Amino acid sequence: MSDTTAHEEPELIQLLTPEGELTGHPDYPLEITADEVRDLYRDLVLVRRFDGEAVSLQRQGELGLWASLLGQEAAQIGSGRALRGHDMAFPSYREHGVAWCRGIEPEELLGMFRGVTNGGWDPHEHGFHLYTIVIGSQALHATGYAMGVQRDGALGEDGTAVITYFGDGATSQGDTNEAFNFASVNNAPVVFFCQNNQWAISEPLERQARVPIYKRASGFGFPGVRVDGNDVLAVLAVTRAALDNAREGNGPTLVEAFTYRMGAHTTNDDPTRYRNAAELEEWKAKDPILRVRRYLEHNGLADDAFFAGVDAEADALGEKVRTQCRSLPDPEPLDIFHEVYAEPNVHIDRQRAEFAEYLASFEAEGVR
Amino acid sequence: MSNLTIGKAVNAGLRAAMEHDPKVLVMGEDVGRLGGVFRVTDGLHKDFGADRVIDTPLAESGIVGTAIGMAMRGYRPVVEIQFDGFFFPAANQTFTQLAKMRRRSAGKLSVPVVMRIPYGGGIGAVEHHSESPESYFLHTAGLRVVSVANAVDAYWMIQQAIRSDDPVIFLEPKRRYYEKAEVDTEAPFAEAVPMGAARVARPGTDVTLLAYGPMVKTALQAAEADTDHSIEVIDLRSLSPVDYPTVVESVKRTGRLVVTHEATLTGGPGAEIAARITEECFYHLESPVIRVAAFDTPYPQSRLEEHYLPDLDRVLDGVDRAFAY
Repeated sequence: MSDTTAHEEPELIQLLTPEGELTGHPDYPLEITADEVRDLYRDLVLVRRFDGEAVSLQRQGELGLWASLLGQEAAQIGSGRALRGHDMAFPSYREHGVAWCRGIEPEELLGMFRGVTNGGWDPHEHGFHLYTIVIGSQALHATGYAMGVQRDGALGEDGTAVITYFGDGATSQGDTNEAFNFASVNNAPVVFFCQNNQWAISEPLERQARVPIYKRASGFGFPGVRVDGNDVLAVLAVTRAALDNAREGNGPTLVEAFTYRMGAHTTNDDPTRYRNAAELEEWKAKDPILRVRRYLEHNGLADDAFFAGVDAEADALGEKVRTQCRSLPDPEPLDIFHEVYAEPNVHIDRQRAEFAEYLASFEAEGVR
Repeated sequence: MSNLTIGKAVNAGLRAAMEHDPKVLVMGEDVGRLGGVFRVTDGLHKDFGADRVIDTPLAESGIVGTAIGMAMRGYRPVVEIQFDGFFFPAANQTFTQLAKMRRRSAGKLSVPVVMRIPYGGGIGAVEHHSESPESYFLHTAGLRVVSVANAVDAYWMIQQAIRSDDPVIFLEPKRRYYEKAEVDTEAPFAEAVPMGAARVARPGTDVTLLAYGPMVKTALQAAEADTDHSIEVIDLRSLSPVDYPTVVESVKRTGRLVVTHEATLTGGPGAEIAARITEECFYHLESPVIRVAAFDTPYPQSRLEEHYLPDLDRVLDGVDRAFAY
C-alpha cells in the first residue's frame, strides 16, 4: 500500500506555543486584552477542577459514570468563548467546558451522570442542546437547526451561527457525513467542530481515517482547518472566524481541533490496556493550561496573587460541586411517566395509575 | 364537497396546513418539482417555494435528523419517506432521537415532526417497496402512530398530525392511494374526528373485525360477503395509542374479535391488541382473539404477494375460526 497524503504534515494553526510564546498567525489575527487572557486562564483552571472533582465523585460512588475532558480544556473553552449569546451549540457528551461557557451549572451536568435527569437544562435558554450520546446524531440536528436559522432570515453581521461538537470517532458515522452533505448543499450556517483527541475509546485515529480529518471538508465542498486544540487562543480565533463566516451566510466550516484525551474515555475505561505512557508524557508537554500560565508569567500579565486567587476559586468550586452533587434529590418513581408525550396518552396514563396504586399498596401495608 | 382520492386528500391537507401555519415545511426525496413519486406533494413546491418544500439529498437519516433540528428551531417539518423499506436508514434518528427528545429534555423540547410513509403491499413492486413496519413504531415510546383508510381521514388526520406537538408516524396505504371519497374541505378543523379515535366503519352484532389502513377495505368487503354473520368493522385509525374503549365496547357486545393487518403475525399489532382485549373482555369472549396477518417471512417476490397478504378469503376464514369455538 502507498499513501502519500497520510504522511504529509498538515498545517496546524497555532497562536501560542507550548512554551507560552505568542506567535500569532497571519490568517487569524486575534486582538485580545490581558484581562481576556486571564479570564480564559481562569475558565481553563476551573473546568479542569470541576472535571477532576467529577471523576472523584464517580470513584466515591456518587456518579454512575463520568466522561472526563482532561486535556481538551482549550478546545472547549476557546470554541465556547467564541460563541455569541444567541448562537446555538449541539454537543456530544464530553463538552463540559463548552457547557461552562454557556452558563450551565455543574450540578446540571452531574445530574445526568448521577442518573437523576437525562440532562436537566433548558437548551433554548442556554443556546446549548442536551448532551447526545449516540455518536454523530447531533451533527444532523445542528444542520437542521441551521437550516431553520436560514429560513428565519437570521443571517448577517448579527446573525445566528450554529456549532456542533463531535470527536474523531464520529467522523466514521453516517450521520456526521450526511450532516456535512446537507449543510453543504444548503449552505447552512453551521460549524462542525471536531475534537480529534486521537482515541475513540481504544481505537487510535488510524482506525477511523486515512486522511487528516479536516481534509474531509473539501470533498463536501466547504473549508476545513486544523487548529492546535491545546492552544486556547488559536481555537478562539479559528472558531470565531468560522462562526462569523457561517452567520454571514457563507456556509459551513469543519474545524479539526488537534488535541489529546489525557484521561480515560470514561471512568469505566482503562487506557493502560491499549496505549503507552510515553504518548501521554509527550502530550503533557503541550498542556493547554500550562502554556497560558507561562505566557501570562513571562509577560508580567499576572502575578502570584492572581494565580493564587484562581486556585482558591477552584477550591471553592470543588467544594460546591461536591456538595451540590451529594444533595441532588432522587427523582420520584412516577417521574418515569413524565413528558413522554405532549398530549394525554391513554396507555401512559393507565400504566401510571396502575403503578401509583401498586406503590400505594406498600404504604398501606406499612412496608415502607 | 370535493371528490378526492386518498393521495389527493393528503395533498389538500398538506396545503391547508401550510396555509394555516407558515412554520409547516415539507421535506424529502423528490417532493419538490416532481411532487413526490406518488405525487402526494404535487403543486406545493410551485405554490410555497423551495424554502418550504425542500428537495433533500438522498439520505433518510439526514432527512429525519435535520427535521429534528428544524423542529427545535420552531418549525413543523413534514417528512416524506419515499417507501416503507427506506425508513430503516432513518431508524437511529427516529428511535434514539425523535421519540426520546421530549422525555430527555423533561418537556423543554418539542419535536413536532410528522413522518409520512407510503406503506404496505399489493402493488407488484420490487423488494423493500411493500413493507408494513408499524410494529417497530408501536414499540417505541414517544411516537404516535396513525394510519388512514379513506380520503376524509387522509385530509383531516394529516392536519391533526401536523398540529400535534408529538412526533407522528403517518402511514399511508399506498395500494389505496386512488380510492375516492367525498371530502368536505370547507368544514371547520375543530369538527373533524380526532385522529386518536377508532371508528366503527360498519356496525354488526356477531363478531368485531378490527383493521386499519389498507386492510379496512378488505374488512368491509368481508363484512359484505359474509351472509352467515353480522360483522362489525372497526377502523382503528390510531395504532398508538389505541382507542381501547371503542374496541372493548364492541367486543363486549359481539363476544368475538378478529384482528387483521399486513404486518407480520408475531409481535404484530394484533398480538398486543389480543392480549389487552383478553384482559379487559375475558368474561365476554366466546372465542380466542383471532389474528389474520402476513406470514413471519420476509415480504416475498411480488408474484407471491397475493398469497402472502391477508385477502378477503383469509379474513373470512379468520371469521369462521372465531365461530369454531
